[in-house]
Amino acid sequence: MAEELPDPDSAPYWDGIASGELRYQRCGACDTAIFYPRSICPTCGAADPDWQVSVGDGVVYACSIIHRSPPAHKDDVPYVVALVELAEGFRMMSRIVDCDTDSVTVGQSVRVVYRDDNDGKPAPYFAPIS
Amino acid sequence: MSLKRACAIAGVAESRLGVVPDSTVMTLQAEAMIAALAEAGLEKSDVDAVFSSGNWGRLPQLQVAEYLGIRPSYSDNTSVGGASFEFHLGHAAAAIQAGLCKVAVILYGSTQRSRRERRIFEAHTDLGYQYEAPYGLPIPVGAYALAASRHMAQYGTTSEQMAELAVSTRSWAQLNPAAYRREPLTVDEVLASDMIASPLHRLDCCLVTDGGGCVVVVSPEIAKTLPKAPIWLLGQGEAHSHAQISEMPDLTVTPAAESGKRAFAMSGVTHSDLDVVEIYDSFTITVLLTLESLGFCKPGESGAFVTGGRTAPGGEFPLNTNGGGLSYCHPGQYGIFLLIEAVRQLRGECGERQVADATLALASGTGGVLSSNSTCILGLE
Repeated sequence: MAEELPDPDSAPYWDGIASGELRYQRCGACDTAIFYPRSICPTCGAADPDWQVSVGDGVVYACSIIHRSPPAHKDDVPYVVALVELAEGFRMMSRIVDCDTDSVTVGQSVRVVYRDDNDGKPAPYFAPIS
Repeated sequence: MSLKRACAIAGVAESRLGVVPDSTVMTLQAEAMIAALAEAGLEKSDVDAVFSSGNWGRLPQLQVAEYLGIRPSYSDNTSVGGASFEFHLGHAAAAIQAGLCKVAVILYGSTQRSRRERRIFEAHTDLGYQYEAPYGLPIPVGAYALAASRHMAQYGTTSEQMAELAVSTRSWAQLNPAAYRREPLTVDEVLASDMIASPLHRLDCCLVTDGGGCVVVVSPEIAKTLPKAPIWLLGQGEAHSHAQISEMPDLTVTPAAESGKRAFAMSGVTHSDLDVVEIYDSFTITVLLTLESLGFCKPGESGAFVTGGRTAPGGEFPLNTNGGGLSYCHPGQYGIFLLIEAVRQLRGECGERQVADATLALASGTGGVLSSNSTCILGLE
C-alpha cells in the first residue's frame, strides 16, 4: 500500500521544487549532506537534520541510456537516467536533458532545470553546462 | 561465535525449470522439497524449520508452510532479493547451533515466466522511491547499467570483457542438460544483441524462467547418519548497504566486500584453496563487481580477470558451472541454485561439467540492486 505523497519527510522538498529550489538536508551534529530527506541523520543518528538549498550544480556520477523503459515512460525512449553528484556533497537520481543522449558522459558538469514529469508534476532534471 | 560446521547440507533439488505452465509456486516448491528430502533420507515429519523468500500473496511464509503441511518451530522469511537463500543458510546454522531446530528446509519457487509476472515493472513510488520515480529507471536492469557505466568510466572496463563472461558461462551451460540456453554463443553475438539500458545488452542480462529449489539443512549429529556425504558450512557472512541504487555508497563496491571478508575469516579458507566458485550473475556486471569485492582480484581488474576463457570449462577459475542465471535458469531469485550447484560439485555429481576433485566451494548471492550479499563457503570434509 503506497503512502500518500508528499509525506512529512518529503513535503519541504517537493514544495521547494515547485518554487524552483533544490532543497536538501544537512546534519546539525556531524555536518553530513543528506539526500533523500529523512527525520534522522543516516551517518550519526542525530534527529531532525536542517534544510538547505543547493546551488544545483553537479557532475554525472553514472549514467545509462534507457532503450527498454517501464510502460509509463515508453514514449520517452531513448532517454538518459543519471546519478548526479551535487557540489554540496549529496547524490541524487535524475535525467540528463537538452542534449544528445549519446553525448552524456560520466564526469560531465550539469546544472539543475525544472520540468514537469509524466504525471504533470514539477521535478528536477539536469542539463549539461555549456 | 562462529558458524563453522554448525550445520551441513543433506539434500538439494530443483523442481522442473524453464517454462513450466502446468504449475504454481506451490507445486514447484513441493516438487523440489520432495526430491531434496528423498536424497537426504529424511521425511517431511522430520522438518522443524522453514526458510523462504516468497513474493506471492500477503503472508507468503504462512502460505507455503500451510500448503506443504509443515508446522515449524523455527521460521524465517528474510527476503533481501536473490541473495536471500545464502542469508537463510547462515540463519539456519545459527538456529541449529542454538538448539532451536534440527532439520530446516530452504525453499523457493516462481512461475514468473509462464505467468508473465516479470515485466520491467514500475518502480515503487512512495517513501524513498518517490525521488527516483519521475525518471523511469527500469528496475533492476537500469540500476546495474548505472553501476556498469561507473565501472567502465573509472577503470576502463569494456563491453567485450563483460560479453566474454556471458560466453564462458554459456560454455558451462552447454555441459548441463538442465540448462535453458545451450546453443553456442560468441562475444560478437552478445554485443549485437539489443541494447536494453546502456551499456547492458540483452545477453548481458539473466534469463527469465520458471523454477523452484529446495536445500535441506541439518544438525551435525543428523548429518552423520544420512546416506549422502554431508556438505559442511565452513563460513558465512552477510551484509546489505542500501535498497535503491541512488543510495549505494560506491557503485563499484558491493556488500560482498564485507560479507565475503567475514565468510573467509570464519572458514579459515583462502581464495586459492577454493576449487569452484558460484557467483550470482543477474547481469554480467554483477559478477565482475562481486569478484572484486570478494577479493579474487583488485578493484578495477575484474574485466581482465574474466578474459581469455579463464572462467570457462577447462579454465583456471571454474565459475558458475551450471551455466548460471545467464544461461541455466533464473526464476526471479536465483540464489538457491548457487547452493544447489556448489553442493553437487562437492559431491562429484556433475557429469560432464564436474570440476575434478572439488572439495571447497564458494557461493555468493547478490540481491536487490547490488543491495545485499551473503557469501557461503562449503566443504566436503
